[in-house]
Amino acid sequence: MTREVRNWDMALRALAALSVAPNALRGMILRARAGPVRQRFEEALTLLPLPVRRIHPSIDDTQLFGGLNVAASLSAGHMVRDRGIADTPAALILPMAERTNARLAARLAQMLDADTGHVMLLLDEGVEPDENAPASLANRLAFHCDLGDLRLAEAPSHALDGALLEEARKRYADVTFSSTCIADLVTAAACFGIDDARAPLFALCCARALAALDNAKSVGPDHLHDAAALIYPCRATRIPENMPEPPKDEANPEKTDETTAAGDDLADIPDTLLIEAVAVHLPADLLAGQERKRASGSRDAGAGAGQRRLGNRRGRPLPFRPGRHGGTARIDVVATLRTAAPWQVLRRKHRPTGARLIIFPSDIRVRRFEERSDRLIVFAVDASGSAAMSRMAEAKGAVELLLAQAYVKRDRVALVAFRGTCAEVLLPPTRSLVQAKKRLSALPGGGGTPLASALQYSLEIASQGKRAGFSPNLAILTDGRANIPLNGRTGRSEALTDAKAMARQWALSGFPAVVIDTSARPGPQGRDLANWLAGQYLSMPRADAECLGSATDAALSG
Amino acid sequence: MAGTHAAPEIRTQPMNTPFPFSAIVGQTQMKLAMILTAVDPGLGGVLVFGDRGTGKSTAVRALAALLPPITVVSGCPVNSATPEQCPDWANIASDKLVERPTPVVDLPLGVTEDRVTGALDIERALTAGEKSFEPGLLARANRGYLYIDEVNLLEDHIVDLLLDVAQSGVNTVEREGLSIRHPARFVLVGSGNPEEGELRPQLLDRFGLSVEVRSPDTIKERVEVIRRRNAFETDHDSFMAHWRGEDAMLRDRIVAAREALPDTSTSEDALTNCARVSLALGTDGLRGELTLLRAARALAAFQGQPAVTRAHLREVAPLAMSHRLRRDPLDEAGSATRVARVLEETLE
Repeated sequence: MTREVRNWDMALRALAALSVAPNALRGMILRARAGPVRQRFEEALTLLPLPVRRIHPSIDDTQLFGGLNVAASLSAGHMVRDRGIADTPAALILPMAERTNARLAARLAQMLDADTGHVMLLLDEGVEPDENAPASLANRLAFHCDLGDLRLAEAPSHALDGALLEEARKRYADVTFSSTCIADLVTAAACFGIDDARAPLFALCCARALAALDNAKSVGPDHLHDAAALIYPCRATRIPENMPEPPKDEANPEKTDETTAAGDDLADIPDTLLIEAVAVHLPADLLAGQERKRASGSRDAGAGAGQRRLGNRRGRPLPFRPGRHGGTARIDVVATLRTAAPWQVLRRKHRPTGARLIIFPSDIRVRRFEERSDRLIVFAVDASGSAAMSRMAEAKGAVELLLAQAYVKRDRVALVAFRGTCAEVLLPPTRSLVQAKKRLSALPGGGGTPLASALQYSLEIASQGKRAGFSPNLAILTDGRANIPLNGRTGRSEALTDAKAMARQWALSGFPAVVIDTSARPGPQGRDLANWLAGQYLSMPRADAECLGSATDAALSG
Repeated sequence: MAGTHAAPEIRTQPMNTPFPFSAIVGQTQMKLAMILTAVDPGLGGVLVFGDRGTGKSTAVRALAALLPPITVVSGCPVNSATPEQCPDWANIASDKLVERPTPVVDLPLGVTEDRVTGALDIERALTAGEKSFEPGLLARANRGYLYIDEVNLLEDHIVDLLLDVAQSGVNTVEREGLSIRHPARFVLVGSGNPEEGELRPQLLDRFGLSVEVRSPDTIKERVEVIRRRNAFETDHDSFMAHWRGEDAMLRDRIVAAREALPDTSTSEDALTNCARVSLALGTDGLRGELTLLRAARALAAFQGQPAVTRAHLREVAPLAMSHRLRRDPLDEAGSATRVARVLEETLE
C-alpha cells in the first residue's frame, strides 16, 4: 500500500473519530489540492452530527459573530441583529486555509476555545512546504491529514454508516481507560518532541472515540496506537532515540545532536510499540521541515504578517475606519451611507426642512488599503583576492539584470563591495540603471576579506531602507573566508568572531538573506555564514550573471 | 436546520465553567503574578507570553472564578461601590448593594472602538429618539480585569485607546454629541505568542508584570496536566468539588493579604535595593522600580510577613523587570537570565 492510499484510510478514520467526539477533537486540517478526491472527502463530511457551513479566509466579523442588520432595522423601526456563524454550532469548512491571516486565525481560535460546539475543517491548499494553515489554529484541531497526489481511483468512497456512528457517539462518554494510557501517550509525545499539552489530550479522546467505534468498553492498545498514529506524526519535531529503523535515515548526524539536547527524562521508553506505530507515519521530510523552520527563524512567525504597510491609495482593501473628509484618504461611500442610515429618522425630526439625506461628519468612513512594500536588495560582493576577479564581473552583471527588471518588480538595489581593510558602499539604494552602471564600472579587486565590515554596512543600509518603508533583503556573494575583523587589522579567528556577531545581528533584524558561495571548491564557511544569517545558502561556482540574478531573485522571493 | 442534530447533547461539561485555578499544574511564575495583581490591583496588569498549549488562556479564565466577589450598586453599569459614585448618565435610582463576582471582561480581537469605549445607544435613538449612552467594555471592566488574548495582534488604534485609559483610570467619550466620563480602573491581562508578533515597547511598559511560560519539562508533570484536564472534562462534579476547596483557601489568603497590604512596611534598605537593581538593569523611567517595590510588598503581604525583604525582591524582580530591558542584539542570553545575573550582583 502506498503512502497516499494509507493517508486516505487514515483521513477517513480521523473523520469517523471526529464525528464520534466532535467537541473533544475540534476538527481537522486536510492538505489537498481542490479536485475530485477532496470533493469525495467533503461529501463524507455529512457524517458529522452538525450542519456544514462554508466560510472563506476574508470573512468579516459581522458574518462571523453577528451584527446589526441595517436594512432590516430601518424597515422594522427597531434593532434587528443578524445571528453570526459563531452563534450556532456547525461544522465550518474553511477553504484556502493557508491564506488565513493571523487576525482571523486568532478569532477562530478564540471561538474554538469558547466551547461553542463548532468543528473546523481547514482545507489547506498550500503547494510549497512552507505554505501552511496558521499554527495557532492548527494546534487546536486534532487531525492533520495530507492527501498529497492521491488519484480518485485510489480513494474509494467511505463505508461509514451514519447510524453506527450515532450509536458510537452515545457510547463515547462511557468508554473507560486505564491510567497507564495517559502516561504512555505523554511519554510518546515527549519522545517525538511534542510540547503542546493538547496533543496527548487529543490522542486520549481519539483513542476513546475509536474504542467507541469498535464497540469496546475500554481503550485497548490498538486504539491507543491508532490514535497516536493519527495525532502525533504531523506534530512531531524530532525522531526519537533508539529507533530501530527511522523512516528516512539520511539525516542521522543532525538527529543525534538534537535528541541529546532534549534531556534525560525521555531516556526510558515504556511502550516501543506505540512509538513505532507513530514513527511509521512520520512525514518523510520531518527533519528538512524542522531545518526550514529554524532557518526562516522569526520570519514565518508573523504567518506573513511581515512586510506590510497600510496606505489609503492602493493595495488590498481593508475594513473601513471612521475618518475625515478632505484628508488624503478616500471616502467609502457605501460604508458612510450605512453609518448614516439608522439616524435619518431622528435627524429629520430635528431638521424637518433640511436635505433628504442628512450626513454628519462623524458618519464619514474612509477606505484603507494594505500594500506590499517595495523590496530593497543589498548586494554584498566579495572583491578580495580570495574571490576570483571573474566573480566580480558576474556580480555586476547580476546587479544590472535585477535593476533592469526593477521597475516591474518594484525592486531597489544597493551594492556593498568589500576588500582590503574595510567595506565600501558602492551604490546606495537606487532604481537607476544608468547610475548603477557608472558606479559599477570602477570596482577594483584584491586584498583581504573584511566580512564583518561588509555585514555592518549592509545592515546599516537595510535598517535605513526599512525606515523608509522598504523590505530589505541581503544577497552576499562570498566564499565566507573572513580574515579582517572590524578593527581593520588582521587575525583570522577574531575576524570570524566579528563576522559571526554581525551575522547574528542581521538574523535578529529578521530580514531575509541568501549566501551565494562563489568559490570553486565550496568549504563549510559559506554554509556557516548562511546559518548565522538565518538565510539560505546557494553554491554557484560556475554561474554566469543571468543565473546569479535569477537565483537571487528566486531565493529572496521564496 | 440545526433542529435535527443532536450537537448540544454530546457536551459532557457544562458550558463556561472555568478550569480551577489551583488545579493548574506547575507554571508557578504565572500563578504568582496573577495572585499578586489580585492582592494589589494597582500593580498594573500581567502579560503572559509563551508557547502554544501551555495554559495561558486557561489560567486567566480560572482567575475569574478564584477572585473574591465585589459589592456593587445594583444595576450600575460601571460597578460602582456606593450609590454616590454612580455616574449621572446612568440614572441609577436604587441604592441597593449586591455582591457580584469580580468582572473579567474579554476584549476580542477585531473589536470596534464603539464597543470598547461605549457609544450612543442606537436602539434608544432609533425607537425613542433619545440620546443616551450605551456603556462599552471599559465600563464593564471597571474594578475588575480586562483580558486580551493575542494582545500582540490587537489593532493599533485600540491599543492606543487602552493605553490611555489604563494610564488615567478614566474613560472619556467625546463623540456623537455625547460628553461622558466614567471611571475605568481595571487590571490589564494580556496573553500572546511572541512568535506571532511583538508588542510595542510603550504597551509592554504599561504591564506591571510579565511572565514567560513554557511547557512543563518532566513527564510526570505532563501526565498530571493531562490527567487533571481529562478529569475536568469527564468527571466534572467530583473534580470541581475537590478543587473548589483549594480555590477557596487561596481566595482566603488573597483576602487576608489585601487587608495586610497597607500595614506591610518597606525599609530604606528595600528602597535602595529596588533602585540599585533598576539602575543596574538600565531600565527607562521609574515605572520599573515602582512596580518592583509594589510587587514585593504584595508578595510579603501574601506570605503574611510584616516587611519586605531581599528574598521578596529577588522573587518578584524577574516578573517586574524582564520586559523593561532594552534589547541587546549582541547578548545571546534571554532577558530573564540577564535579570537573574544582575540580581546576583546587586543583592548579594
